Amino acid sequence: MTQSPLSGPFGTVIIGAGQAGLSAATELRKRGYQDPITLIGDEASLPYQRPPLSKAYLSGDLTLDRLWLKPEAFYEKSQIEVLTNTRVTTLDRARQLVITKDGREIAYDYLILATGGTARRIPIPGADLMGVHVLRDLIEADGLSAALDQARHVAIIGAGYIGLEVAASARKRGLDVTVIEAAERPMARTASALLGGWFGAIHRGYGVDLRVNTPVEAIVGDDKAEGVRIAGGEVITADLVLMATGLTPNTQLAESAGLSCNDGIEVDDSARTDDPLIYAIGDVANLPSARYGRSLRLESVHNAIEQGKAAAASIMGEAVNYDPVPWFWSDQYELKLQITGLIEGADQRVRRGDPEEGRFALFHFKDGRLIACEAVNAPQEYIAAQRMIAQDKRPDPEALRDVTVAMKTFLA
Amino acid sequence: MTKITYIEHDGTSHTVDAPEGLSVMEAAIRNMVPGIDADCGGACACATCHVYVDGDWAGKTGERSSMEESMLDFATDVRDTSRLSCQIKVTAELDGLTVHLPEHQG
Ligand SMILES: Cc1cc2nc3c(=O)[nH]c(=O)nc-3n(C[C@H](O)[C@H](O)[C@H](O)COP(=O)(O)OP(=O)(O)OC[C@H]3O[C@@H](n4cnc5c(N)ncnc54)[C@H](O)[C@@H]3O)c2cc1C
Ligand code: FES
Repeated sequence: MTQSPLSGPFGTVIIGAGQAGLSAATELRKRGYQDPITLIGDEASLPYQRPPLSKAYLSGDLTLDRLWLKPEAFYEKSQIEVLTNTRVTTLDRARQLVITKDGREIAYDYLILATGGTARRIPIPGADLMGVHVLRDLIEADGLSAALDQARHVAIIGAGYIGLEVAASARKRGLDVTVIEAAERPMARTASALLGGWFGAIHRGYGVDLRVNTPVEAIVGDDKAEGVRIAGGEVITADLVLMATGLTPNTQLAESAGLSCNDGIEVDDSARTDDPLIYAIGDVANLPSARYGRSLRLESVHNAIEQGKAAAASIMGEAVNYDPVPWFWSDQYELKLQITGLIEGADQRVRRGDPEEGRFALFHFKDGRLIACEAVNAPQEYIAAQRMIAQDKRPDPEALRDVTVAMKTFLA
Repeated sequence: MTKITYIEHDGTSHTVDAPEGLSVMEAAIRNMVPGIDADCGGACACATCHVYVDGDWAGKTGERSSMEESMLDFATDVRDTSRLSCQIKVTAELDGLTVHLPEHQG
Protein backbone atom coordinates (compact mmCIF):
# COMPACT_ATOMS: atom_id res chain seq x y z
CA MET A 1 0.00 0.00 0.00
CA THR A 2 1.39 3.37 -1.00
CA GLN A 3 1.07 6.30 1.37
CA SER A 4 -1.59 8.75 0.27
CA PRO A 5 0.03 11.32 -1.98
CA LEU A 6 0.04 14.88 -0.71
CA SER A 7 -2.01 16.10 -3.60
CA GLY A 8 -4.76 14.34 -5.47
CA PRO A 9 -6.38 12.80 -7.19
CA PHE A 10 -7.26 10.65 -4.22
CA GLY A 11 -10.06 8.97 -6.04
CA THR A 12 -13.03 7.22 -4.53
CA VAL A 13 -12.90 5.53 -1.15
CA ILE A 14 -15.61 2.99 -0.39
CA ILE A 15 -16.24 1.87 3.19
CA GLY A 16 -17.75 -1.61 3.33
CA ALA A 17 -16.52 -4.41 1.06
CA GLY A 18 -19.90 -6.06 0.57
CA GLN A 19 -22.32 -6.46 -2.28
CA ALA A 20 -23.04 -2.73 -2.64
CA GLY A 21 -19.48 -1.48 -2.27
CA LEU A 22 -18.21 -3.96 -4.83
CA SER A 23 -20.97 -3.01 -7.25
CA ALA A 24 -20.05 0.68 -7.05
CA ALA A 25 -16.35 -0.08 -7.55
CA THR A 26 -17.00 -2.35 -10.52
CA GLU A 27 -19.36 0.11 -12.15
CA LEU A 28 -16.92 3.00 -11.77
CA ARG A 29 -14.29 1.03 -13.68
CA LYS A 30 -16.83 -0.11 -16.27
CA ARG A 31 -17.61 3.53 -16.92
CA GLY A 32 -13.97 4.43 -17.36
CA TYR A 33 -13.18 6.03 -14.00
CA GLN A 34 -9.41 6.59 -13.99
CA ASP A 35 -8.62 7.63 -10.42
CA PRO A 36 -7.77 5.29 -7.55
CA ILE A 37 -10.52 3.18 -5.99
CA THR A 38 -10.02 1.92 -2.44
CA LEU A 39 -12.48 -0.60 -1.05
CA ILE A 40 -12.15 -0.88 2.73
CA GLY A 41 -13.79 -3.68 4.70
CA ASP A 42 -13.51 -4.89 8.28
CA GLU A 43 -14.15 -8.53 7.45
CA ALA A 44 -11.27 -10.90 6.78
CA SER A 45 -12.52 -12.05 3.42
CA LEU A 46 -13.05 -10.53 0.01
CA PRO A 47 -16.66 -9.69 -0.93
CA TYR A 48 -18.98 -12.69 -0.88
CA GLN A 49 -22.64 -13.55 -1.30
CA ARG A 50 -24.70 -13.43 1.85
CA PRO A 51 -27.94 -15.08 0.65
CA PRO A 52 -26.53 -18.64 0.72
CA LEU A 53 -25.48 -18.19 4.38
CA SER A 54 -28.98 -19.13 5.47
CA LYS A 55 -29.64 -21.46 2.54
CA ALA A 56 -27.33 -23.67 0.48
CA TYR A 57 -24.15 -22.81 2.41
CA LEU A 58 -25.80 -23.60 5.73
CA SER A 59 -27.28 -26.85 4.48
CA GLY A 60 -23.87 -27.85 3.10
CA ASP A 61 -24.92 -27.83 -0.54
CA LEU A 62 -22.64 -24.93 -1.47
CA THR A 63 -19.00 -24.80 -0.47
CA LEU A 64 -17.05 -21.72 0.59
CA ASP A 65 -15.14 -21.39 -2.69
CA ARG A 66 -18.44 -20.77 -4.43
CA LEU A 67 -19.41 -17.80 -2.26
CA TRP A 68 -16.92 -15.26 -3.62
CA LEU A 69 -18.44 -12.55 -5.77
CA LYS A 70 -15.23 -12.10 -7.78
CA PRO A 71 -11.98 -14.03 -8.00
CA GLU A 72 -8.99 -12.50 -6.24
CA ALA A 73 -7.32 -11.62 -9.55
CA PHE A 74 -10.25 -9.43 -10.50
CA TYR A 75 -9.28 -6.72 -8.03
CA GLU A 76 -5.77 -6.32 -9.32
CA LYS A 77 -6.89 -6.43 -12.91
CA SER A 78 -9.51 -3.78 -12.25
CA GLN A 79 -7.12 -1.71 -10.12
CA ILE A 80 -9.41 -1.78 -7.15
CA GLU A 81 -7.36 -1.73 -3.98
CA VAL A 82 -9.04 -3.82 -1.31
CA LEU A 83 -8.12 -3.41 2.34
CA THR A 84 -9.55 -6.33 4.29
CA ASN A 85 -9.54 -6.56 8.09
CA THR A 86 -9.57 -2.79 8.14
CA ARG A 87 -12.14 -0.93 10.16
CA VAL A 88 -12.78 2.75 9.59
CA THR A 89 -13.37 4.51 12.89
CA THR A 90 -13.56 8.18 11.93
CA LEU A 91 -14.87 10.21 9.05
CA ASP A 92 -13.33 13.67 8.89
CA ARG A 93 -15.34 15.62 6.35
CA ALA A 94 -13.47 18.88 6.85
CA ARG A 95 -10.17 17.26 5.83
CA GLN A 96 -11.86 14.89 3.36
CA LEU A 97 -10.32 11.76 4.84
CA VAL A 98 -11.17 8.67 6.81
CA ILE A 99 -9.14 7.20 9.65
CA THR A 100 -8.77 3.47 10.20
CA LYS A 101 -8.64 1.73 13.55
CA ASP A 102 -4.87 1.35 13.24
CA GLY A 103 -4.53 5.09 12.69
CA ARG A 104 -4.06 5.32 8.96
CA GLU A 105 -5.51 8.37 7.20
CA ILE A 106 -6.95 7.81 3.74
CA ALA A 107 -7.99 10.86 1.74
CA TYR A 108 -10.85 10.90 -0.75
CA ASP A 109 -12.29 12.95 -3.56
CA TYR A 110 -15.53 10.98 -3.24
CA LEU A 111 -16.59 8.74 -0.39
CA ILE A 112 -19.16 5.95 -0.56
CA LEU A 113 -20.60 4.54 2.64
CA ALA A 114 -21.62 0.91 2.06
CA THR A 115 -21.46 -0.28 5.63
CA GLY A 116 -24.53 -2.54 5.63
CA GLY A 117 -25.93 -3.50 8.98
CA THR A 118 -25.48 -5.64 12.06
CA ALA A 119 -27.79 -8.44 13.16
CA ARG A 120 -29.91 -7.15 16.01
CA ARG A 121 -29.84 -8.96 19.34
CA ILE A 122 -32.98 -8.24 21.30
CA PRO A 123 -32.09 -7.09 24.81
CA ILE A 124 -33.56 -9.85 26.96
CA PRO A 125 -31.99 -11.68 29.88
CA GLY A 126 -29.67 -14.40 28.64
CA ALA A 127 -29.09 -12.79 25.24
CA ASP A 128 -25.34 -13.10 25.71
CA LEU A 129 -25.28 -16.73 26.79
CA MET A 130 -23.18 -19.21 24.89
CA GLY A 131 -25.24 -20.97 22.29
CA VAL A 132 -27.12 -17.82 21.26
CA HIS A 133 -26.40 -16.98 17.65
CA VAL A 134 -27.13 -14.28 15.10
CA LEU A 135 -26.58 -14.50 11.35
CA ARG A 136 -25.23 -11.79 9.12
CA ASP A 137 -21.68 -12.64 8.11
CA LEU A 138 -19.52 -15.59 7.18
CA ILE A 139 -18.00 -16.04 10.63
CA GLU A 140 -21.45 -16.11 12.20
CA ALA A 141 -22.61 -18.58 9.54
CA ASP A 142 -19.65 -20.88 10.22
CA GLY A 143 -20.32 -20.61 13.94
CA LEU A 144 -23.97 -21.41 13.44
CA SER A 145 -23.22 -24.30 11.12
CA ALA A 146 -20.75 -25.87 13.56
CA ALA A 147 -23.27 -25.45 16.36
CA LEU A 148 -26.00 -27.08 14.29
CA ASP A 149 -23.72 -30.11 13.93
CA GLN A 150 -23.85 -30.53 17.72
CA ALA A 151 -27.39 -29.39 18.37
CA ARG A 152 -30.62 -31.33 18.79
CA HIS A 153 -33.19 -28.70 19.68
CA VAL A 154 -33.06 -25.43 17.82
CA ALA A 155 -35.10 -22.39 18.82
CA ILE A 156 -35.33 -19.56 16.34
CA ILE A 157 -36.59 -16.21 17.55
CA GLY A 158 -38.22 -14.32 14.68
CA ALA A 159 -40.13 -15.73 11.71
CA GLY A 160 -38.75 -13.41 9.06
CA TYR A 161 -36.95 -14.65 5.97
CA ILE A 162 -33.69 -15.51 7.66
CA GLY A 163 -35.40 -17.25 10.57
CA LEU A 164 -37.56 -19.33 8.26
CA GLU A 165 -34.70 -20.19 5.91
CA VAL A 166 -32.58 -21.39 8.80
CA ALA A 167 -35.57 -23.34 10.11
CA ALA A 168 -35.83 -25.11 6.75
CA SER A 169 -32.08 -25.84 6.69
CA ALA A 170 -32.17 -27.17 10.25
CA ARG A 171 -35.15 -29.41 9.49
CA LYS A 172 -33.22 -30.71 6.50
CA ARG A 173 -30.51 -31.72 8.97
CA GLY A 174 -33.13 -33.58 10.98
CA LEU A 175 -33.12 -31.30 14.02
CA ASP A 176 -36.08 -30.33 16.20
CA VAL A 177 -37.01 -26.77 15.35
CA THR A 178 -39.20 -24.28 17.19
CA VAL A 179 -39.79 -20.87 15.63
CA ILE A 180 -41.06 -18.20 17.98
CA GLU A 181 -42.68 -15.09 16.57
CA ALA A 182 -44.19 -12.13 18.43
CA ALA A 183 -46.47 -11.11 15.55
CA GLU A 184 -49.58 -13.00 14.54
CA ARG A 185 -47.97 -14.64 11.50
CA PRO A 186 -44.62 -15.23 9.81
CA MET A 187 -43.06 -12.52 7.63
CA ALA A 188 -45.55 -10.04 9.07
CA ARG A 189 -43.44 -6.98 8.32
CA THR A 190 -43.11 -7.45 4.56
CA ALA A 191 -45.49 -10.12 3.27
CA SER A 192 -49.27 -10.27 3.01
CA ALA A 193 -51.37 -12.14 5.55
CA LEU A 194 -52.26 -14.80 3.05
CA LEU A 195 -48.68 -15.51 2.09
CA GLY A 196 -47.39 -15.41 5.65
CA GLY A 197 -50.11 -17.75 6.83
CA TRP A 198 -49.48 -20.11 3.96
CA PHE A 199 -45.76 -20.27 4.70
CA GLY A 200 -46.53 -20.89 8.33
CA ALA A 201 -48.62 -23.91 7.37
CA ILE A 202 -45.84 -25.20 5.11
CA HIS A 203 -43.32 -25.04 7.94
CA ARG A 204 -45.69 -26.83 10.28
CA GLY A 205 -46.15 -29.47 7.60
CA TYR A 206 -42.39 -30.00 7.62
CA GLY A 207 -42.47 -30.51 11.36
CA VAL A 208 -41.53 -27.05 12.62
CA ASP A 209 -43.16 -26.08 15.89
CA LEU A 210 -44.24 -22.56 14.93
CA ARG A 211 -45.45 -20.33 17.76
CA VAL A 212 -47.01 -17.06 16.71
CA ASN A 213 -48.31 -14.26 18.94
CA THR A 214 -45.55 -15.35 21.26
CA PRO A 215 -43.25 -12.75 22.80
CA VAL A 216 -40.00 -14.04 24.21
CA GLU A 217 -39.09 -13.17 27.80
CA ALA A 218 -35.64 -14.62 28.35
CA ILE A 219 -33.10 -17.14 27.31
CA VAL A 220 -32.46 -19.46 30.20
CA GLY A 221 -29.38 -21.46 31.10
CA ASP A 222 -26.41 -21.22 33.47
CA ASP A 223 -23.56 -20.38 31.17
CA LYS A 224 -24.99 -21.95 28.06
CA ALA A 225 -28.44 -21.59 26.53
CA GLU A 226 -30.79 -24.37 27.60
CA GLY A 227 -34.11 -22.94 26.57
CA VAL A 228 -36.26 -19.95 25.73
CA ARG A 229 -38.85 -18.67 28.15
CA ILE A 230 -41.92 -17.31 26.41
CA ALA A 231 -44.73 -15.11 27.67
CA GLY A 232 -46.79 -17.11 30.15
CA GLY A 233 -43.71 -18.78 31.55
CA GLU A 234 -43.32 -21.88 29.40
CA VAL A 235 -39.70 -22.78 28.64
CA ILE A 236 -38.99 -24.20 25.22
CA THR A 237 -36.00 -26.51 25.41
CA ALA A 238 -33.17 -25.54 23.10
CA ASP A 239 -29.45 -26.14 22.99
CA LEU A 240 -29.10 -23.66 20.16
CA VAL A 241 -30.89 -20.32 19.90
CA LEU A 242 -30.85 -18.12 16.81
CA MET A 243 -31.97 -14.53 17.11
CA ALA A 244 -33.27 -13.68 13.68
CA THR A 245 -34.71 -10.37 14.74
CA GLY A 246 -33.70 -7.94 12.06
CA LEU A 247 -30.88 -5.64 11.15
CA THR A 248 -29.57 -2.40 12.59
CA PRO A 249 -28.05 -0.25 9.85
CA ASN A 250 -24.41 0.70 10.50
CA THR A 251 -24.83 4.46 10.59
CA GLN A 252 -22.36 5.31 13.38
CA LEU A 253 -19.67 6.82 11.11
CA ALA A 254 -22.19 8.93 9.23
CA GLU A 255 -23.93 10.06 12.39
CA SER A 256 -20.82 11.15 14.17
CA ALA A 257 -19.79 13.06 11.05
CA GLY A 258 -23.09 14.94 11.17
CA LEU A 259 -24.78 13.41 8.12
CA SER A 260 -28.58 13.11 8.34
CA CYS A 261 -29.69 9.68 9.44
CA ASN A 262 -33.13 8.28 10.07
CA ASP A 263 -33.38 4.49 9.93
CA GLY A 264 -30.29 4.53 7.75
CA ILE A 265 -28.26 7.26 6.12
CA GLU A 266 -30.54 9.62 4.22
CA VAL A 267 -29.74 9.97 0.54
CA ASP A 268 -31.37 11.50 -2.53
CA ASP A 269 -32.33 9.71 -5.73
CA SER A 270 -28.70 9.69 -6.87
CA ALA A 271 -27.62 7.99 -3.60
CA ARG A 272 -25.99 11.22 -2.40
CA THR A 273 -26.04 12.22 1.28
CA ASP A 274 -26.36 15.83 2.37
CA ASP A 275 -22.60 16.16 1.75
CA PRO A 276 -22.21 16.31 -2.04
CA LEU A 277 -18.94 14.35 -1.91
CA ILE A 278 -20.43 11.49 0.08
CA TYR A 279 -22.78 8.74 -1.08
CA ALA A 280 -24.49 5.94 0.81
CA ILE A 281 -25.71 2.69 -0.77
CA GLY A 282 -27.16 -0.70 0.02
CA ASP A 283 -28.67 -1.86 3.30
CA VAL A 284 -27.44 1.24 5.15
CA ALA A 285 -29.09 3.82 2.88
CA ASN A 286 -32.52 5.32 3.29
CA LEU A 287 -33.73 6.51 -0.10
CA PRO A 288 -36.68 8.61 -1.25
CA SER A 289 -39.11 6.70 -3.44
CA ALA A 290 -41.45 8.70 -5.63
CA ARG A 291 -43.03 5.42 -6.69
CA TYR A 292 -44.08 4.54 -3.15
CA GLY A 293 -44.42 8.10 -1.86
CA ARG A 294 -42.13 7.67 1.11
CA SER A 295 -38.57 6.93 2.05
CA LEU A 296 -37.40 3.32 2.06
CA ARG A 297 -34.52 1.31 3.39
CA LEU A 298 -34.21 -1.87 1.37
CA GLU A 299 -32.32 -4.98 2.37
CA SER A 300 -31.78 -6.87 -0.84
CA VAL A 301 -29.05 -7.90 -3.24
CA HIS A 302 -30.83 -6.17 -6.08
CA ASN A 303 -30.90 -2.82 -4.30
CA ALA A 304 -27.29 -3.17 -3.19
CA ILE A 305 -26.21 -3.73 -6.78
CA GLU A 306 -28.39 -1.11 -8.43
CA GLN A 307 -27.90 1.66 -5.91
CA GLY A 308 -24.16 1.00 -6.14
CA LYS A 309 -24.40 1.49 -9.88
CA ALA A 310 -26.42 4.68 -9.38
CA ALA A 311 -23.76 6.17 -7.10
CA ALA A 312 -21.05 5.31 -9.63
CA ALA A 313 -23.01 6.92 -12.44
CA SER A 314 -23.51 10.04 -10.36
CA ILE A 315 -19.80 10.27 -9.57
CA MET A 316 -19.16 10.05 -13.31
CA GLY A 317 -21.30 13.15 -13.72
CA GLU A 318 -24.43 11.53 -15.01
CA ALA A 319 -27.88 12.65 -13.83
CA VAL A 320 -29.48 9.63 -12.16
CA ASN A 321 -32.93 9.05 -10.79
CA TYR A 322 -32.87 5.86 -8.76
CA ASP A 323 -36.42 4.84 -7.83
CA PRO A 324 -36.36 1.05 -7.85
CA VAL A 325 -39.09 -1.54 -8.01
CA PRO A 326 -37.76 -3.63 -5.13
CA TRP A 327 -37.36 -7.38 -5.47
CA PHE A 328 -35.85 -10.31 -3.70
CA TRP A 329 -36.22 -14.01 -3.30
CA SER A 330 -36.22 -16.59 -0.56
CA ASP A 331 -35.70 -20.35 -0.77
CA GLN A 332 -37.41 -22.58 1.80
CA TYR A 333 -37.62 -26.33 1.28
CA GLU A 334 -38.51 -26.83 -2.39
CA LEU A 335 -40.24 -23.47 -2.58
CA LYS A 336 -38.94 -20.45 -4.38
CA LEU A 337 -40.59 -17.29 -3.16
CA GLN A 338 -40.10 -14.18 -5.25
CA ILE A 339 -41.51 -10.83 -4.22
CA THR A 340 -41.51 -7.64 -6.22
CA GLY A 341 -42.87 -4.26 -5.17
CA LEU A 342 -44.18 -3.32 -1.73
CA ILE A 343 -47.62 -4.40 -0.59
CA GLU A 344 -48.33 -1.60 1.87
CA GLY A 345 -51.38 0.48 1.03
CA ALA A 346 -52.86 -2.20 -1.22
CA ASP A 347 -56.66 -1.94 -1.52
CA GLN A 348 -57.30 -4.90 -3.80
CA ARG A 349 -55.75 -8.33 -4.17
CA VAL A 350 -56.20 -11.17 -6.63
CA ARG A 351 -54.83 -14.67 -6.58
CA ARG A 352 -53.72 -16.58 -9.62
CA GLY A 353 -53.12 -20.31 -9.34
CA ASP A 354 -53.88 -22.70 -6.55
CA PRO A 355 -51.90 -22.70 -3.28
CA GLU A 356 -52.88 -26.36 -2.86
CA GLU A 357 -50.72 -27.11 -5.88
CA GLY A 358 -47.78 -25.20 -4.42
CA ARG A 359 -47.69 -22.74 -7.28
CA PHE A 360 -49.49 -19.40 -7.16
CA ALA A 361 -49.11 -15.65 -7.27
CA LEU A 362 -50.78 -12.85 -5.34
CA PHE A 363 -51.16 -9.52 -7.09
CA HIS A 364 -51.68 -6.38 -5.03
CA PHE A 365 -53.30 -3.23 -6.36
CA LYS A 366 -53.69 0.31 -5.13
CA ASP A 367 -56.16 2.61 -6.88
CA GLY A 368 -56.17 0.23 -9.83
CA ARG A 369 -52.40 0.31 -10.19
CA LEU A 370 -50.40 -2.90 -9.69
CA ILE A 371 -47.99 -2.28 -6.79
CA ALA A 372 -46.69 -5.70 -5.75
CA CYS A 373 -46.62 -9.39 -6.53
CA GLU A 374 -45.79 -12.34 -4.30
CA ALA A 375 -45.03 -15.45 -6.31
CA VAL A 376 -44.45 -18.99 -5.08
CA ASN A 377 -42.83 -21.22 -7.70
CA ALA A 378 -44.38 -18.85 -10.23
CA PRO A 379 -41.51 -17.00 -11.87
CA GLN A 380 -43.46 -15.99 -14.92
CA GLU A 381 -46.07 -14.16 -12.89
CA TYR A 382 -43.31 -12.56 -10.87
CA ILE A 383 -41.32 -11.27 -13.82
CA ALA A 384 -44.33 -10.01 -15.69
CA ALA A 385 -45.48 -8.20 -12.54
CA GLN A 386 -42.09 -6.60 -12.10
CA ARG A 387 -42.29 -5.14 -15.59
CA MET A 388 -45.86 -4.01 -15.11
CA ILE A 389 -45.05 -2.25 -11.84
CA ALA A 390 -42.12 -0.46 -13.44
CA GLN A 391 -44.40 0.72 -16.22
CA ASP A 392 -47.23 1.77 -13.87
CA LYS A 393 -49.60 -0.63 -15.61
CA ARG A 394 -53.19 -1.24 -14.59
CA PRO A 395 -53.87 -4.83 -15.63
CA ASP A 396 -57.43 -6.13 -15.41
CA PRO A 397 -57.59 -8.02 -12.10
CA GLU A 398 -60.16 -10.50 -13.39
CA ALA A 399 -57.97 -11.40 -16.36
CA LEU A 400 -54.98 -11.82 -14.04
CA ARG A 401 -56.95 -14.28 -11.96
CA ASP A 402 -57.58 -16.41 -15.04
CA VAL A 403 -54.68 -18.83 -15.52
CA THR A 404 -55.69 -19.45 -19.11
CA VAL A 405 -54.72 -15.87 -19.98
CA ALA A 406 -50.97 -15.93 -20.64
CA MET A 407 -48.89 -13.50 -18.58
CA LYS A 408 -47.34 -12.13 -21.74
CA THR A 409 -50.66 -10.63 -22.82
CA PHE A 410 -50.45 -8.13 -19.97
CA LEU A 411 -47.25 -6.65 -21.29
CA ALA A 412 -48.46 -6.15 -24.82
CA MET B 1 -11.12 -29.73 -16.51
CA THR B 2 -13.54 -28.89 -19.25
CA LYS B 3 -12.75 -26.26 -21.87
CA ILE B 4 -15.49 -23.71 -22.42
CA THR B 5 -15.35 -20.83 -24.88
CA TYR B 6 -17.36 -17.67 -24.34
CA ILE B 7 -17.73 -15.33 -27.29
CA GLU B 8 -18.69 -11.76 -26.49
CA HIS B 9 -21.13 -9.82 -28.59
CA ASP B 10 -18.26 -8.00 -30.32
CA GLY B 11 -16.59 -11.31 -31.21
CA THR B 12 -13.95 -11.34 -28.47
CA SER B 13 -13.39 -14.92 -27.44
CA HIS B 14 -12.40 -16.33 -24.02
CA THR B 15 -11.53 -19.98 -23.53
CA VAL B 16 -11.34 -21.15 -19.93
CA ASP B 17 -10.71 -24.35 -17.98
CA ALA B 18 -13.84 -25.03 -15.99
CA PRO B 19 -13.81 -27.44 -13.06
CA GLU B 20 -16.61 -29.98 -13.15
CA GLY B 21 -19.45 -29.35 -10.75
CA LEU B 22 -19.48 -25.58 -11.15
CA SER B 23 -22.00 -23.90 -13.39
CA VAL B 24 -21.10 -22.37 -16.74
CA MET B 25 -21.85 -19.00 -15.11
CA GLU B 26 -19.44 -19.62 -12.23
CA ALA B 27 -16.67 -20.65 -14.60
CA ALA B 28 -17.13 -17.33 -16.41
CA ILE B 29 -17.09 -15.27 -13.22
CA ARG B 30 -13.96 -17.03 -11.92
CA ASN B 31 -12.20 -16.31 -15.17
CA MET B 32 -13.41 -12.74 -15.41
CA VAL B 33 -15.25 -13.19 -18.67
CA PRO B 34 -16.97 -9.86 -19.29
CA GLY B 35 -20.62 -9.87 -20.30
CA ILE B 36 -22.01 -12.20 -17.64
CA ASP B 37 -23.24 -10.23 -14.62
CA ALA B 38 -24.91 -12.99 -12.58
CA ASP B 39 -26.42 -10.54 -10.11
CA CYS B 40 -28.19 -13.19 -8.06
CA GLY B 41 -25.18 -15.47 -7.86
CA GLY B 42 -26.87 -18.39 -9.56
CA ALA B 43 -30.21 -18.51 -7.81
CA CYS B 44 -32.07 -18.49 -11.12
CA ALA B 45 -33.60 -15.22 -10.04
CA CYS B 46 -32.10 -12.44 -12.13
CA ALA B 47 -31.56 -13.57 -15.75
CA THR B 48 -28.30 -11.62 -16.01
CA CYS B 49 -26.29 -14.71 -16.95
CA HIS B 50 -28.01 -15.20 -20.30
CA VAL B 51 -26.03 -17.02 -23.03
CA TYR B 52 -26.72 -18.61 -26.40
CA VAL B 53 -25.66 -22.23 -26.69
CA ASP B 54 -24.30 -23.15 -30.10
CA GLY B 55 -26.65 -25.47 -31.93
CA ASP B 56 -24.72 -28.75 -31.73
CA TRP B 57 -24.34 -28.47 -27.98
CA ALA B 58 -27.97 -27.99 -27.11
CA GLY B 59 -28.45 -31.73 -26.64
CA LYS B 60 -25.63 -31.97 -24.11
CA THR B 61 -26.42 -28.92 -22.01
CA GLY B 62 -29.79 -30.35 -21.10
CA GLU B 63 -33.29 -28.97 -20.97
CA ARG B 64 -34.37 -25.67 -19.52
CA SER B 65 -36.22 -26.10 -16.23
CA SER B 66 -39.63 -24.46 -16.02
CA MET B 67 -38.19 -21.84 -13.70
CA GLU B 68 -35.47 -21.03 -16.18
CA GLU B 69 -37.95 -21.00 -19.03
CA SER B 70 -40.03 -18.36 -17.29
CA MET B 71 -37.08 -16.21 -16.40
CA LEU B 72 -36.00 -16.29 -20.02
CA ASP B 73 -39.45 -15.43 -21.29
CA PHE B 74 -38.92 -11.85 -20.33
CA ALA B 75 -35.19 -11.42 -20.89
CA THR B 76 -34.06 -9.25 -23.79
CA ASP B 77 -33.18 -10.74 -27.14
CA VAL B 78 -34.18 -14.30 -26.31
CA ARG B 79 -33.66 -16.95 -28.98
CA ASP B 80 -34.32 -20.66 -29.25
CA THR B 81 -30.74 -21.25 -28.13
CA SER B 82 -31.00 -19.05 -25.03
CA ARG B 83 -30.02 -20.48 -21.66
CA LEU B 84 -29.26 -19.14 -18.19
CA SER B 85 -25.66 -20.14 -17.72
CA CYS B 86 -26.07 -20.59 -13.96
CA GLN B 87 -28.40 -23.49 -14.72
CA ILE B 88 -25.92 -25.40 -16.88
CA LYS B 89 -23.63 -27.64 -14.88
CA VAL B 90 -20.11 -28.22 -16.17
CA THR B 91 -19.49 -31.90 -16.97
CA ALA B 92 -16.76 -33.73 -18.88
CA GLU B 93 -19.24 -34.13 -21.69
CA LEU B 94 -19.25 -30.38 -22.24
CA ASP B 95 -15.54 -30.23 -23.13
CA GLY B 96 -15.26 -27.80 -26.03
CA LEU B 97 -18.59 -26.08 -25.39
CA THR B 98 -19.00 -22.70 -27.04
CA VAL B 99 -21.52 -20.13 -25.87
CA HIS B 100 -22.22 -16.67 -27.25
CA LEU B 101 -23.08 -13.72 -25.06
CA PRO B 102 -25.90 -11.26 -25.72
CA GLU B 103 -25.23 -7.56 -26.16
CA HIS B 104 -26.93 -6.71 -22.87
CA GLN B 105 -27.90 -8.70 -19.81
CA GLY B 106 -31.24 -8.34 -18.09
C1 LIG C 1 -28.40 -14.76 5.83
C2 LIG C 1 -28.83 -13.75 4.82
C3 LIG C 1 -29.65 -14.13 3.76
C4 LIG C 1 -30.04 -13.20 2.79
N1 LIG C 1 -30.82 -13.62 1.75
C5 LIG C 1 -31.15 -12.74 0.77
C6 LIG C 1 -31.88 -13.16 -0.38
O1 LIG C 1 -32.27 -14.31 -0.51
N2 LIG C 1 -32.15 -12.26 -1.35
C7 LIG C 1 -31.75 -10.95 -1.25
O2 LIG C 1 -32.01 -10.16 -2.15
N3 LIG C 1 -31.05 -10.52 -0.16
C8 LIG C 1 -30.75 -11.38 0.84
N4 LIG C 1 -30.02 -10.95 1.94
C9 LIG C 1 -29.69 -9.52 2.05
C10 LIG C 1 -28.45 -9.15 1.26
O3 LIG C 1 -27.42 -10.05 1.51
C11 LIG C 1 -28.05 -7.73 1.62
O4 LIG C 1 -29.10 -6.88 1.25
C12 LIG C 1 -26.78 -7.28 0.95
O5 LIG C 1 -25.71 -8.09 1.32
C13 LIG C 1 -26.48 -5.83 1.30
O6 LIG C 1 -25.24 -5.45 0.83
P1 LIG C 1 -24.45 -4.23 1.46
O7 LIG C 1 -23.21 -4.10 0.67
O8 LIG C 1 -25.35 -3.07 1.61
O9 LIG C 1 -24.11 -4.67 2.94
P2 LIG C 1 -23.13 -5.82 3.43
O10 LIG C 1 -23.11 -6.92 2.45
O11 LIG C 1 -23.52 -6.09 4.83
O12 LIG C 1 -21.69 -5.14 3.42
C14 LIG C 1 -21.29 -4.17 4.34
C15 LIG C 1 -19.86 -4.43 4.76
O13 LIG C 1 -19.34 -3.28 5.41
C16 LIG C 1 -18.53 -3.69 6.50
N5 LIG C 1 -18.37 -2.55 7.41
C17 LIG C 1 -19.33 -1.98 8.18
N6 LIG C 1 -18.82 -0.93 8.87
C18 LIG C 1 -17.50 -0.82 8.53
C19 LIG C 1 -16.44 0.06 8.91
N7 LIG C 1 -16.63 1.04 9.78
N8 LIG C 1 -15.20 -0.13 8.36
C20 LIG C 1 -15.01 -1.14 7.45
N9 LIG C 1 -15.98 -1.99 7.07
C21 LIG C 1 -17.22 -1.84 7.59
C22 LIG C 1 -19.30 -4.86 7.04
O14 LIG C 1 -18.52 -5.68 7.88
C23 LIG C 1 -19.71 -5.56 5.75
O15 LIG C 1 -18.72 -6.44 5.31
C24 LIG C 1 -29.62 -11.86 2.91
C25 LIG C 1 -28.80 -11.46 3.99
C26 LIG C 1 -28.40 -12.39 4.94
C27 LIG C 1 -27.53 -11.96 6.08
S1 FES D 1 -27.10 -15.77 -12.09
FE1 FES D 1 -29.07 -14.95 -11.73
S2 FES D 1 -30.31 -16.17 -13.03
FE2 FES D 1 -28.33 -16.93 -13.40
